[in-house]
Amino acid sequence: MYKFKVIFDITRTHLSSRIKQTGTATLGVTFGIGTYIIMMSFMTGLNGMLDDLILNRTPHIHLYNEIKPSEKQPVDLHQKIQQSLNVVHSVKPKKSQLRIHNALPLISHLKDDPRVKGISPQIVAKVFYLAGSNELNGVINGIHPLEEVRLFNFDNYIIEGRPEDLIKTRNGILIGAGIADKMSLSTGDRIQVSTTTGGIFPLKIVGIFQSGLGDIDNIQSYVNLKTAQQLLGEGNSYITDINIKLWDMENAFEMSEAIGRQFNLTAIDAKTANAQFETGTSIRNLISYSVSITLLIVAGFGIYNILNMLIYEKMNDIAILKATGFSGFDVKMIFISQAVIIGLVGGILGLLIGYVVSVLISQAPFETEALPTITTYPVNFDPNFYITGIIFAMVSTFLAGYLPARKAQKIDPVEIIRGQ
Amino acid sequence: MEYILEAKKVNKYFRNPVLFHVLKDISFGIRPGEFTSIMGKSGCGKSTLLYILSTMDTDYEGELLLNNTKVTGRPRAELAYIRNQQIGFVFQFHYLLPEFSVLDNVMLPARKLGTKSYKQIKMDAMEKLDLLGIKDQAHKKASMISGGQKQRVSIARALINNPKIIMGDEPTGNLDSKNAENVFNIFKDLSVEKNLSLLIVTHDMDFAKKTDRIIEMADGEILHSNALAGVRSEE
Ligand SMILES: Nc1ncnc2c1ncn2[C@@H]1O[C@H](COP(=O)(O)OP(=O)(O)O)[C@@H](O)[C@H]1O
Ligand SMILES: [Mg+2]
Repeated sequence: MYKFKVIFDITRTHLSSRIKQTGTATLGVTFGIGTYIIMMSFMTGLNGMLDDLILNRTPHIHLYNEIKPSEKQPVDLHQKIQQSLNVVHSVKPKKSQLRIHNALPLISHLKDDPRVKGISPQIVAKVFYLAGSNELNGVINGIHPLEEVRLFNFDNYIIEGRPEDLIKTRNGILIGAGIADKMSLSTGDRIQVSTTTGGIFPLKIVGIFQSGLGDIDNIQSYVNLKTAQQLLGEGNSYITDINIKLWDMENAFEMSEAIGRQFNLTAIDAKTANAQFETGTSIRNLISYSVSITLLIVAGFGIYNILNMLIYEKMNDIAILKATGFSGFDVKMIFISQAVIIGLVGGILGLLIGYVVSVLISQAPFETEALPTITTYPVNFDPNFYITGIIFAMVSTFLAGYLPARKAQKIDPVEIIRGQ
Repeated sequence: MEYILEAKKVNKYFRNPVLFHVLKDISFGIRPGEFTSIMGKSGCGKSTLLYILSTMDTDYEGELLLNNTKVTGRPRAELAYIRNQQIGFVFQFHYLLPEFSVLDNVMLPARKLGTKSYKQIKMDAMEKLDLLGIKDQAHKKASMISGGQKQRVSIARALINNPKIIMGDEPTGNLDSKNAENVFNIFKDLSVEKNLSLLIVTHDMDFAKKTDRIIEMADGEILHSNALAGVRSEE
């Protein structure tokens, strides 16, 4: 049985009789841990928000028919002249349709894949918006409103009206905020659209959305899938785009390759489409980690320094303790426990301060065009940060205390006593 | 022969800055209840010998026996335990822990030993302080009392675990003659009443003369270890 009580009493007396140094060391840890918590909560909160902004609204895989020239021209297929160098000038794409062939069976086939969370078929159609004498070109997307809400948080960007209104209202349309602005339209107004085939259709504005990306808000509108098919005069199998959301985004690249090849479609995965976005996320993480770790290392050196100094001042105490029967291990424990107490107290204070500041940040107003539903700064209150923080505080102070403590353990009392 | 402490052919060398044979073939024994003083010129090796006898210094040749068991070569942790339990040491300079109270200073070795309850240890410590006439200082900080009082506190601390032997390295060197007399009387009483062995280094001839026996050293050797007043255990 080890006599912790007496060791602890000595530790406590040492700490409380050097309250200034102890306080400085403790504050060092508090500052390090507090900053770690604030940085991580804020940075990952921001990352989460940007994820929402970009990754959550982009499909993991986007399938469509791209009109492009054939890679193999007929001359390449001719066996007799295969060995020769054939040059074809002015290659033009063949006239083909934008629609995806056999879209409905393809959709139900994809839905059966266990990796797929959901599928949203779309129709993309180029149109002109007409209101009074104003004319504006744009794009109409025919969608399944409820699937878009479930898979891509569509409702987060609607600033007026509700997604369901697209279903309830016949010929309803949700227009981009930029269009509403330019044509001074508001919910309840009527707007006419003309399609490339020439027809003009009156639609009723049921709401306004704002994605935050000007290029989209200025041209894009949403209608129900059926309405889009009617606009184009097509049947209910007419689909131009298929957006796929997976359970795990990591599978996107592999799957998009396979689907593209199998069904002869252009398939874009979100990773490829947003490569620079991933880089941004990892750089922000790198910055927060390196800043916090730097602060903790600085705090660790502070503790190391202060304990070293304390041990130097306490040479006599150490010699007396050893002369009266305390072992080297006891002496080591005295100094290690001082470091650990500094780490524990400083760490807990750091967590508290980190938490309080995070709460304050999370209540600070934050207005962004990009996310109309967000009004305060995004902060991530992940308990893992707090667990990591306190563990880091304990481990780093233990290490900072260990070396000086071992030095104290090895001090030869005879040398100190003789030195007097 | 029954010795509480026995040195057999102890030799010690310092290697820094030059090789120096500081203790040469030291052999002697201390009996229970014997009050022995060590005298000799400054630099003859008295302190060095005492550090070896108290098990703090392990870098020597020869053998050291406590209660007829060899302690030479034991691991440091075990030696710490032996010191804690069986040896009381009084330094020339008072050497108290300045931030602790007088009472805490006296209690610490007993709390380390851990055989008694905190309450019991506190009572024992008060009793020792009383014995040395400084009970009223118990709750003062150790740094706040006078030199003579500090010396008595360190004697109380040396007594707290009821050791077999007390060693002192010029414990009265810093005291005025009245206080030195006082400390001598305390030692004398302990040796007579509690059958405690004492081994005290001193420069004070008056002090030494009143002890049972004087070991005289010169240049790392024992010149003679006369029994002056006769050894009580042989009476
Ligand atoms: N660490 C050391 N290294 C080298 N020589 C030492 C050391 N400590 C003491 N000495 C020398 O050993 C001799 C004995 O010292 P010491 O035992 O302190 O003498 P005393 O206590 O009898 O005055 C002295 O000459 C001293 O200079
Ligand atoms: Mg000396």
